[in-house]
Amino acid sequence: MPKVKIKRKSTAVDMTAMCDVAFLLLTFFMLTSNFIQKEPVAVNTPSSISEIKIPDRNIISILVDAKGKVFFGADGQENRVQMLTKMGTAYNITFSPAELKEFSLVNKFGVPITMMKSYLALKSEERDLPQNALGIPCDSLDNQFKSWVSVAKGVNRDYRIAIKADQATTYPVIKKLMGSLQDINENRYNLLTSLKNTPDYE
Amino acid sequence: MSEVAAETQVKQKGKTKKMSTRVDFTPMVDLGFLLITFFMLATSMSKPQTMEIAMPSKEKVTEEDQTKIKASRAVTILLGKENKVFYYEGTRENNIDPVVNQTDFSPKGMRQFLIKKNYEIMVKVRDLKVKKDAKKLSEEDFEKQKQEIIGDKKAPIILIKGTIDSSYKNLIDALDEMAICNIGRYAIVDITPFDLELLAKKL
Repeated sequence: MPKVKIKRKSTAVDMTAMCDVAFLLLTFFMLTSNFIQKEPVAVNTPSSISEIKIPDRNIISILVDAKGKVFFGADGQENRVQMLTKMGTAYNITFSPAELKEFSLVNKFGVPITMMKSYLALKSEERDLPQNALGIPCDSLDNQFKSWVSVAKGVNRDYRIAIKADQATTYPVIKKLMGSLQDINENRYNLLTSLKNTPDYE
Repeated sequence: MSEVAAETQVKQKGKTKKMSTRVDFTPMVDLGFLLITFFMLATSMSKPQTMEIAMPSKEKVTEEDQTKIKASRAVTILLGKENKVFYYEGTRENNIDPVVNQTDFSPKGMRQFLIKKNYEIMVKVRDLKVKKDAKKLSEEDFEKQKQEIIGDKKAPIILIKGTIDSSYKNLIDALDEMAICNIGRYAIVDITPFDLELLAKKL
């Protein structure tokens, strides 16, 4: 009986096609993506059926955590510089060019204006520590939140206000914020939510 | 022919081995997928959802300018603690307090009441939506006609009032119910002593 010769096949696979796919996907992700912005606190937004998307630019984002601390952020680095200068004059604090530069890189912050200097002196990884995330005061006595929003609106009229609050935030906090916005005649704003399916009702 | 043969002979003598032009792509694929993973984790694909809200301005309105809403059309929703909701229709009349009902935000709760209250308008909006889905109506016309329908004079007016024990989630849920039940006229209002009195009695 002749021996059946089994031909050894090479196990090497041609990787070219796989490489093509990988880079195609990579290109797709690079082009469609916008990076997640770092937020000082974790916020779990409530879900709603609303499907309106928020625009990319010209957003004042107001972050409220579960304990009711308020954080503020506005996009546009030049706008931020102008905002801090104006806030500085309003509260009699002069910021150095280095501090202004530093502030223009801060996405969202939550410190009273009096502590802004020491906050900006911190390293960026130290800023989000719980002891440094104090929240912006927005009581009726010292409503810095209101000043920030009105200053930001003064710098750029096209800013839209988006409030992102945690679902566990208590109603009085939200009411206080809405009241502050009402005081400065900002009556249209957006509430950020996550998507939930529309229920079927018949 | 012999010349050619001779040439190959020479080459074999020099023993220049022909290298394969094939490159191993495996590390490159690894790199590609690594980068994909990075981009997938570091990016937010979808924009966050938002809800647009328009609050009344704080400018003082004189008594005459204020449109008094008919008590029969007003429904007050009180957001209580632990996701409880209370609602009542109208207001105190001839010293008789309105009946306060307790419910929740489940589909069988608040929504049932609102649907009942706003039934005619919901039916109209649904008919309109059927028309739009059948491509008989453009998106803009749909929105325009929908606004007309939900702005009906006979539609109920909902007042949303939060107690200090309620949370932001309750507010969003309440606003959601307004959207689901096609309620065109609603407002977020401060709670009054009268409401607190009613709540205290109910609890």
